[in-house]
Amino acid sequence: MVMVLVIATEAMLFAYLLFSYFYLASSATGKWPPSGRPELTLVIPNTLILLASSGSIWWGERGIRRGSPRRLVLGLCTTLVLGIVFLSIQGIEYAHKPFRLSTDAYSSVFYTITGLHGTHVFVGLLMVAVTLVRALRGHFSASRHLAVSNTAMYWHFVDAVWLVVFTSLYVSPYFT
Amino acid sequence: MNYFHPHGTIATLESHLGWWLMLVSAAVVLVVVVLVLAASVRGLRAERGAGGSSPRDTRTGMRWIYVGGLIVPATILVLTMGFTLENLNATTHLTGAAVTIRVVGHRWWWEVRYERPGGIDSVVTANEIHIPVGQPVKVLLSSADVVHSFWIPQLAGKTDANPGSVNVAWLEADTPGTYRGQCTEYCGLQHANMAAYVIAEPAPAFNAWLAEQRASARTPDDPIAARGASVFLRAPCASCHTIRGTAAAGAIGPDLTHVGSRSTLAAGALANTRGGLEGWIANAQAIKPGSQMPRMYLSPGDLRAVVAYIATLR
Amino acid sequence: MSASTVLPSAASAPGRLHRLWDTAPGLYGVLATVDHKIIGKRYLVTALVFLLLGGMEAGALRLQLAQADQHLLTPELYDQLFTMHGMTMIFWYAAPVLSGFSNYLWPLMLGARDMACPRANALSYWTFLMSGVFLYTSVLFGQMPDRGWFAYAPMTEHAFSPGLNMDFYAIGLTFLSISTTVGAINFIVTLFKTRAPGMSLDRLPIFVWGTLTTSFAVVFATPALTAACLLLFLDRRFGTHFYDAAGGGNQLLWQHLFWSFGHPWVYIVVLPAMGIVSDVLPTFCRRPLVGYTFVALATVSTGILGFGVWVHHMFATGLPATALSFFSAASMVITIPSAVAVSAWIATIWHGRPVFRTPMLFALGFIVLFVIGGVSGVATAAVSFDWQLTDTYFVVAHLHYVLIGINVFAVMAGFYYWLPKITGRLLDERMGRWNFWLMFLGFGVGFFPMHTLGLAGMPRRIYTYHAGLGWQSQNLFITIGTGVFALGLLVFVVNCFWSMRHGALAGDNPWDAPTLEWATSSPPPSFNFARIPIVASRHPLWESRLEPHGPRSRIDGPLMDAGRDTFGVSALDAEANEILRMPEDTVWPFVLSLSILVAFYGALAGVWAAFGLGAACVLVAIIGWFWPRDGAEPEGVAA
Repeated sequence: MVMVLVIATEAMLFAYLLFSYFYLASSATGKWPPSGRPELTLVIPNTLILLASSGSIWWGERGIRRGSPRRLVLGLCTTLVLGIVFLSIQGIEYAHKPFRLSTDAYSSVFYTITGLHGTHVFVGLLMVAVTLVRALRGHFSASRHLAVSNTAMYWHFVDAVWLVVFTSLYVSPYFT
Repeated sequence: MNYFHPHGTIATLESHLGWWLMLVSAAVVLVVVVLVLAASVRGLRAERGAGGSSPRDTRTGMRWIYVGGLIVPATILVLTMGFTLENLNATTHLTGAAVTIRVVGHRWWWEVRYERPGGIDSVVTANEIHIPVGQPVKVLLSSADVVHSFWIPQLAGKTDANPGSVNVAWLEADTPGTYRGQCTEYCGLQHANMAAYVIAEPAPAFNAWLAEQRASARTPDDPIAARGASVFLRAPCASCHTIRGTAAAGAIGPDLTHVGSRSTLAAGALANTRGGLEGWIANAQAIKPGSQMPRMYLSPGDLRAVVAYIATLR
Repeated sequence: MSASTVLPSAASAPGRLHRLWDTAPGLYGVLATVDHKIIGKRYLVTALVFLLLGGMEAGALRLQLAQADQHLLTPELYDQLFTMHGMTMIFWYAAPVLSGFSNYLWPLMLGARDMACPRANALSYWTFLMSGVFLYTSVLFGQMPDRGWFAYAPMTEHAFSPGLNMDFYAIGLTFLSISTTVGAINFIVTLFKTRAPGMSLDRLPIFVWGTLTTSFAVVFATPALTAACLLLFLDRRFGTHFYDAAGGGNQLLWQHLFWSFGHPWVYIVVLPAMGIVSDVLPTFCRRPLVGYTFVALATVSTGILGFGVWVHHMFATGLPATALSFFSAASMVITIPSAVAVSAWIATIWHGRPVFRTPMLFALGFIVLFVIGGVSGVATAAVSFDWQLTDTYFVVAHLHYVLIGINVFAVMAGFYYWLPKITGRLLDERMGRWNFWLMFLGFGVGFFPMHTLGLAGMPRRIYTYHAGLGWQSQNLFITIGTGVFALGLLVFVVNCFWSMRHGALAGDNPWDAPTLEWATSSPPPSFNFARIPIVASRHPLWESRLEPHGPRSRIDGPLMDAGRDTFGVSALDAEANEILRMPEDTVWPFVLSLSILVAFYGALAGVWAAFGLGAACVLVAIIGWFWPRDGAEPEGVAA
């Protein structure tokens, strides 16, 4: 229940930041985004990678619920790897952007939202890593794996936030 | 600055709503105080054996909630909201501006520009706004720095002056007079000393004032004032202030072309007298610490000359 | 009646419970305790310290304004003092003092041995304390925040505020919001999990409803403040353009974000206070609260509606009429639940047999001040008249009537009512009456004239005013009145110290009150109840007089001394369904708070290595906190 509430409050944080994005967009005088619509070539496969990482941790959690620590370990490792790939691709995307953090209001809000999301991914990866270590040490069983459930819940949340961020920042400019 | 003594169309309308609110508030408070006292007294008497409801009865007292908690407040609020909507509508649908004025908030003074049809401002003044009495005046509000708020209570409610956007406000005075206002959005060190004055006068007087303000500054005849003019141009004064008709074209401080015609200095901080002017120029920081007007280290002769010159700028 | 429901006193309770639950002695115990009663007491004392600091700041402001054209304070100092006064009172006093009462009382009222997350509880205190220390170190730099407690952009941007002042603001509030959020999550989980069996939702004291509602409000509203402060910090330190028009930003964004948080916040600081009165008043009327269900619903609906009115702080900003109409109407609608509560209180007095001890005096004063604050709020809700009222002393009057009238007066009632439970000794009645009347009359003289001052056109946040404006005599009056009010507060402090030495022993239930906290000793033992209560009604200690043939609560349930245990129950009906093993004393919450402090000082100084170090320590502390002690994952983990 604690994790549900933590997720609720973090979700609200993203909600308020996305509100800021749309508010700045609506009060912008020139075109929005000023530098043109964001490229989709990297971000679409990256989104699929993140979705896959949710799949793997879901699979791993199901594994431990059936008493298979091995499946859990496999699932967590996969998620960890996919998560690192996600962040790396996002870094490459950042490097190719035509604007810096301090260029204008659009760049400010773009980097802040995606950057904060990336930070949440990073924290999630730390959770996955710690859970992985504990799984390897045999802490978890079919009836005792609260930390796994919490980590998985958090990871799915990070994924869900990404879908909303992706739709708002990358997709919506193609429809306005 | 009491807005229950309104002298403007909008302020008058707002004061009607205000009276309703004050009277209803007073009545509600009175009723509640009486009830609380009565309930306490009743309780004291119950203590002395005069009975009292059984605490076991859970339906007791529910009528208080239905009536006092729901019906009465809802009725009062519906009436108040209806009045408010009507008032909102009435106070925001003025049209037909006789004059349009651009007011830009600065830290800590008001830049005032009268628009001509065709859009070229030729009358630029500061802190003191003249309007024709009995006619609607449109005010376009913005800010050169932080958020300010433009408020002349006896004429109308306040409207913020924002950087990066323009707000429209209206003024319409029904009686001639001088109406004081003040910035009402905390804007830094001298927020307390950012007054504005609106002077409503009959149309002929207003037009005469406007024509005078449109004229460039006269070259002074008096030799001391003439010396003052050259000191003004030599000294840093001209780099911040504009005096139309001279080489002074600074855009940081208020336009001084007709500063002599204004009744106060430094946005109401002090009266526009020779003494006031001298004190302000010599050491503005002592009067309005933090303002952008620096101390001017002029010799006593130069200072008196500048003051004499400024006094001619009517 | 009372005799049959009093517990065997703590002295005869099994020593085993003491060994399991008592806090460790010495410095370790001080740093590592997770006992909600100790944490609650710390919250109360610390909040009172902030109240006194905020009061001193106000005193300086009032001295400066007592006469026209004074120069006791420079405008710089004035601006810093009025900002710190607002921040200290609204953030570091008003909510934490209610958290203090909640922390101390909830497990006792709910019949549990502790909060659901005792370590998180400790964390919420340490971060509260350290965030306040962080904020007040700005004094040492002479750079206290100085842009007002709601800090409108763009004046808060680096260009207009180049010093550290507003960095202390942004970081300090973010730090505090960690405390508030962690605390709120703890309350919610506690409510739904760790109540006594039988303590269903319709049997909760209204005070619990109040804190529960505000805990949800905190979870949903605080992120708006975090977002606002993050964006401000990024603008100030990293050159972003959220709030500056020149870079494509919009200063109104700050206002929307801040007030989306700020308006729910003002309900957060009053709803539990209203709950205090809803629990204190019936005791002194010797009957249950009239309309319990309505009052509980009123509490929750106010909390929800509180999210839909924020624009009423922005009526003069130039928004379109449709928006203004909606928010004006919503701001009037939100009055109705409050009117329900006021009616319930008056009805309770009317149909009760009141006893006029000090808590009751404060409750009565509270009702009157509440209504005055409420009607001045309706006046400001009427948008076209608000264009006159906003940013004048009328609003200053309104906000002090609601903050002092509702929060402070209720808190005073709460202190006189519950301090005897906390310390075991009653406060002095005579000093209590002096306390009340000095505060009530001083408040009236000090703050009522602010309404008329506002109507006479005096704007807020001005460090001085000219003699000819006609504001001087009222200002002098106000300064004197607030001085009398402060005297009343001083009497309270004296009373507290006096009572600790000479106060009459309170016993378990000095007020003949109905709720569970009065069914254990004063002060309670570390484990609260020797035997877990089994609850059968809303007023466990009044059952024989209210329903002579009705169901009876039992204060002789299970002993539960196999380990540091309490019951876990179902969410709605409180049927016991698990045993929760509670955590032992631990220093991780303290270490985690210190790590956050280090990180935030790093951010303040722009020394990002220090920030990184602090963040790394945070990670280590969290891992250490949750790492199971015996190597295996427990069934459930209490945070």
